[in-house]
Amino acid sequence: MSFAFNFPLFSILASLICSVVSSMLNGKTARRLSMALTLAVSVSSLAVLQAVRRSGEAVVYLMGHYPHPWGNELQIGLVEPLFSAFFSLILFLCLLGGKRHLIADLEPEKSHFYFVMVDLVQAALLALVYTNDIFTGYVFIEICTIASCGLLMIRQIGRTTLASVRYMIFSLIGSGLFLLGVVLLYNITGQLLMPSLQQAIALLAESGQYHIPLMSSVCLITMGLAIKSGLFPFHFWMPDTYGYATPCSSGILSGLISKGYIFFLIKIIFRVFGTEVFYGSGMQNALYVLALCGIVFGSVSAIQENNIFRMLAYSSAAQIGYIYLGLGISPVLGTLAALFQILTHAATKPALFLSASQLCDAAGGSKRFHDLQGVGRRCKLAGAAFTFAALSMIGVPLTMGFMSKYLLAMAALDTSRKIVLTLLVLAVSTILNTFYFARTIIRLYNQPNGEFSPAASGVGQRSYTLAAIPFALLNLTAGIFTSPLLSLLEHGLELFEKVG
Amino acid sequence: MLEMLWNSRIQCAAVILFAVGFATLLLHHNLIKKIIGLNIMDTATYLFLTSIGYIEGRTAPIIVDGSTAMERYVNPTPAGLVLTGIVVSVSVTALMLSLTIRLYQRYHTLDLDEIYMIAQQEQNQEGGK
Repeated sequence: MSFAFNFPLFSILASLICSVVSSMLNGKTARRLSMALTLAVSVSSLAVLQAVRRSGEAVVYLMGHYPHPWGNELQIGLVEPLFSAFFSLILFLCLLGGKRHLIADLEPEKSHFYFVMVDLVQAALLALVYTNDIFTGYVFIEICTIASCGLLMIRQIGRTTLASVRYMIFSLIGSGLFLLGVVLLYNITGQLLMPSLQQAIALLAESGQYHIPLMSSVCLITMGLAIKSGLFPFHFWMPDTYGYATPCSSGILSGLISKGYIFFLIKIIFRVFGTEVFYGSGMQNALYVLALCGIVFGSVSAIQENNIFRMLAYSSAAQIGYIYLGLGISPVLGTLAALFQILTHAATKPALFLSASQLCDAAGGSKRFHDLQGVGRRCKLAGAAFTFAALSMIGVPLTMGFMSKYLLAMAALDTSRKIVLTLLVLAVSTILNTFYFARTIIRLYNQPNGEFSPAASGVGQRSYTLAAIPFALLNLTAGIFTSPLLSLLEHGLELFEKVG
Repeated sequence: MLEMLWNSRIQCAAVILFAVGFATLLLHHNLIKKIIGLNIMDTATYLFLTSIGYIEGRTAPIIVDGSTAMERYVNPTPAGLVLTGIVVSVSVTALMLSLTIRLYQRYHTLDLDEIYMIAQQEQNQEGGK
């Protein structure tokens, strides 16, 4: 076994250790430590990915060498290191690009706590991506919830506290349902490790025993995670949460944390329930319908907003809809589209939030469209980055956004009953997306209606530049050279399904 | 049917408690009541887990008199899960209570709808910042 297979465990442990160490450092050092950590995790995940590609097989990493069913395991296939590398890179870019607001929004003597939370989020995301044990997943879901609440409430204005409470209420309802689902599953199978669970569930499904508890568990787990990731109609916490947090947190919350939950759900569908049981339960149709509603309602609400951050938040609700749409369509092609959409949204939405925050600063801190008129002419880089990311959201060719819509449409064409509705909603939502993003971009480049306030201090300007360019490059590269990425995901999904 | 219900009466009670907690968390406007609802919900899950993990007449798997017969002991995993769950729910409750204190200090009420209205008014006065 290659030494690289130790890296996932090391990354999780390093993130946890860094979070403890960060609480004793000052803000600046803690920020540097977090950034070094995320970059190191990203690079080491790529090494793991390379090692798996070379061996061509998924590896089950036994922690403490206790064999199943006593030990806890990590599953290292192709999808897992790819997503952990991607998530860590985005986290790094968020920290880099949001530097100015991190300095302005955090109280200096408390700023190191922010990075404690960032490290915990990193640990939780890695654990959700890699773990092979459903209860470990639950524990890290809760860690992720608490840490993300910390990311949100660290900016101390009344609205963020209110937003944190609403966020926590929805999150806790979600984790409560998830926990009950896991307990029911444990009740009928007596297992917690994913491969053993899958075998036990396959036996139960064959014999028809415990049909009702099994279906309730499928429903509870799916709905729990759907609520946590903000699927319609549970997206009401989003506008406040993303609208008032510090931009770096908005990026992390929208781009990574909700995606972590969805990735875990996909993992549960494939590795615990198995696609046959899940897609035989009818739950995918519920997800499909909610996703369609979410896409339309999210876009319509985004059009009605006149605050740029809240508009982006509603657009996130619509984008989450795309992911669930993929899951709802079909097990293989649909999930592939969903996975690709996770990557797309993670690469695009944080870039939008960070650029929007730069633009708002230039407009004197206002987030209203009226005051943002003409700002793009003054902040050239932020304007260009916003425009490019918006084009990707709309789905212009050569961007990741185009590919994910294309994949969704292809997945729909492969089914018999979901073609018309899916294509219709994709078309409608593309029109709506174009409408509100084009409106924003036109405003940004219009004649300014008044004098701008003097430019905000140059602090963090360079680091924003350093973050905005990789975001755009990442999007462009993945949008143009999609086929290697897709074949990797496809192969990864096969390894995913295999019971080790 | 009735016999089945009677046999799983604790689980049924747990599910009812879960629903009570869930509804309280979702429907009440008062933050403290919401937190109480959250705790009822979590406790119901632990009751469920504990009740399925215990078999009458058996003891915890600690060997004192040299007997290693499987029939004498219960599986310790559910109890371990409950302990982990309790730790999680205590920390979440502490976090929620601290958020509540902060909100109360800022808005002088515990009613979530009222707080929301005050915040909305403040925002309209400030003008979109």
